[in-house]
Amino acid sequence: MRNTNTVDVTPTGTIKSGMRRKMKARLSWIPVLAALAILILMLIGGQVHFGSFVTPGMLSSLLVDNAYLVVLAAGMTFVILTGGIDLSVGSVMAFTGMLAAKLLSVGVPVAVVIPLMLVAGALFGTMIGVLVHFFDVQPFIASLAGMFLARGLCFVVSLEAIQVKDPFVLGLESARLGSGDWYITPTGIIALIVIAIAAWVLAYTRFGRTVYAIGGNEQSARLMGLAVARSKILVYVVSGVCAGIAGLIFTSYTAAGYSLNGIGTELDTIAAVVIGGTLLTGGSGYMVGSLIGVFVYGVIKTAITYLGADASWERISIGILLLAFVVVQRFIVARANRN
Amino acid sequence: MTRFFRSRLIWPMGALFALVLLNTISRPSFLSITVKNGQLYGSIIDILRDSAPLMLVALGMTLVIATRGIDLSVGAVMAISGAVALQIISKSTSPNRIGTVLIAIGIGVFITLLFGLWNGFLVAVVGIQPIIATLVLMLGGRGIALLITGGFITTITSSPYAQMAQGHLLGLPLAFFFSVGAIAIIGLLVRRTALGVLTESVGINPSASRLAGVRSRGIIWSIYGISGLLAGLAGILYSSNIMAADSNNAGFLIELDAILAVVLGGTSLRGGKFTLSGTVIGVFIIQTLTSTITFLGVPPAVTPVFKAIVVILVCLSQSSRVRQWLGRIRHLRGAKPPIRLSGLETEVLAERKSV
Repeated sequence: MRNTNTVDVTPTGTIKSGMRRKMKARLSWIPVLAALAILILMLIGGQVHFGSFVTPGMLSSLLVDNAYLVVLAAGMTFVILTGGIDLSVGSVMAFTGMLAAKLLSVGVPVAVVIPLMLVAGALFGTMIGVLVHFFDVQPFIASLAGMFLARGLCFVVSLEAIQVKDPFVLGLESARLGSGDWYITPTGIIALIVIAIAAWVLAYTRFGRTVYAIGGNEQSARLMGLAVARSKILVYVVSGVCAGIAGLIFTSYTAAGYSLNGIGTELDTIAAVVIGGTLLTGGSGYMVGSLIGVFVYGVIKTAITYLGADASWERISIGILLLAFVVVQRFIVARANRN
Repeated sequence: MTRFFRSRLIWPMGALFALVLLNTISRPSFLSITVKNGQLYGSIIDILRDSAPLMLVALGMTLVIATRGIDLSVGAVMAISGAVALQIISKSTSPNRIGTVLIAIGIGVFITLLFGLWNGFLVAVVGIQPIIATLVLMLGGRGIALLITGGFITTITSSPYAQMAQGHLLGLPLAFFFSVGAIAIIGLLVRRTALGVLTESVGINPSASRLAGVRSRGIIWSIYGISGLLAGLAGILYSSNIMAADSNNAGFLIELDAILAVVLGGTSLRGGKFTLSGTVIGVFIIQTLTSTITFLGVPPAVTPVFKAIVVILVCLSQSSRVRQWLGRIRHLRGAKPPIRLSGLETEVLAERKSV
């Protein structure tokens, strides 16, 4: 949890602290590996139980069907790493989708609409970030306001669903690239690009390291002279932009903008990120974990469809899994603190 | 008079008064109450009746927030109690007997008490953050409710059950008496016993209160239990109003309304000091706002925009930066600089008024 600010100044402690740091770094990978193990176990279990569960088609659809969630999880990971939370992503996704559908239906060209979606997402993120940082509003409440605002504005745009007929937007989902049963859509490629960029930013840029530092200890980060204010607002902007991208993906996936889209998606996203091993207290977690978390979520959804079980089991099993991971995290943190 | 203006409740009261005034101006019939068959009817009476589920949930939420916690699961818990009670009544051979209805309600509420205690266990014993501990049940709870009703919306015909939300007593809606009863019991419990003080001490400083010998674990545990119980009762009222267990829509987003009501009432989300009367006013503000929006012809679906604006304004008014700005404005005007910046903005403004 606090692996970013362990500094041992005693000369005799250098070797020890180096080892300890390595151990702690390894400790923060444990939840990610646990998620990966669960994913693999679920895939094996499904294969054994259903006979033909793990097929190229199923694995391809795992990415394509959850592409919007991958993008949302990428943004959410930044926010949670700083110790914040963003409840607005589902509503902002619905709003940007709604806005796009409306603009496209009155004949605004796609080249204008898509940047507008991202700007709209960024504006919501900026609002939340400013509330959180400058006005010291709790992230939970600030993003709640963003959630209400975006959801209400959806209905201001239109009370009815708006169909999208634009060939480019629809093509993002309907175009299939691939060989044999393996396929990927442009939306899937977008999701992979987003998560790859996010992982790179998080691991190798000044901004990414500052995000970890803020989550580890905001006070220390500030005293170290890091750009805390800028980074803290920026994570919400990143999450908002991701929600805008997810809005595009979701719109092309459903071929319509609808005000009730994405209700509860923020919770699914948080669950995926937590299952992927990111600590909710901030400071520890990896982008690849969030990707695994989304896949775990996707496999549960698929398995329940295969079982023909009631859809309510989907929610219950996500809840149980979330609980299990949070309890495991809790013990890991307790152990790290004892050491 | 100064004391009145210094009161923490002045802002919520003012907001409620402004809303009522706005309504009365735009529709003079707002305040009028008519009597039909010995029962009172009117917009105000509707607000009293419709606010009952939110009132119950918000009272529980106030206590939970006072312990530095939050309970996101109340909406899902409402769905569970409605599902349990209606399933029992629909399976029974005598749905119109009062005994059946009482048993169904008793079991429904008892089960939600258990779910509340489960939340408390996760928070107090396992030590999980409240947001996440209750998120688990928020995610899973509606699934459980759907399992209980078998994936359908259970509907029943049972006149005693319908009475709870739709019936009248002494000319007033029966649901209103549930609100009053809950306010009275919770009020007595926290202000006439040590529970309230202990809750505040746990919320203000958990480790200090533990060192002082407060058994914070048991207190947190029971507070979540109370929250679950009240949410269960709210679920019964909700299902009695529509005579159906709609697991997807029962208490949908009510957790957010309840948190909003608590914050509007002046209880800080950082825990510690809480005010039940503030929450009561907060609930009436939200219910009046909803009724106003419907009356103004705005589609009800747009309500969240207004709520968002209220949330932002309230948060800004509580923020220390804004309070500093206000203090500076006062200073520029030649008044004495505010002595207590740490208090509510209310105090700054109240002082300005009284000078």
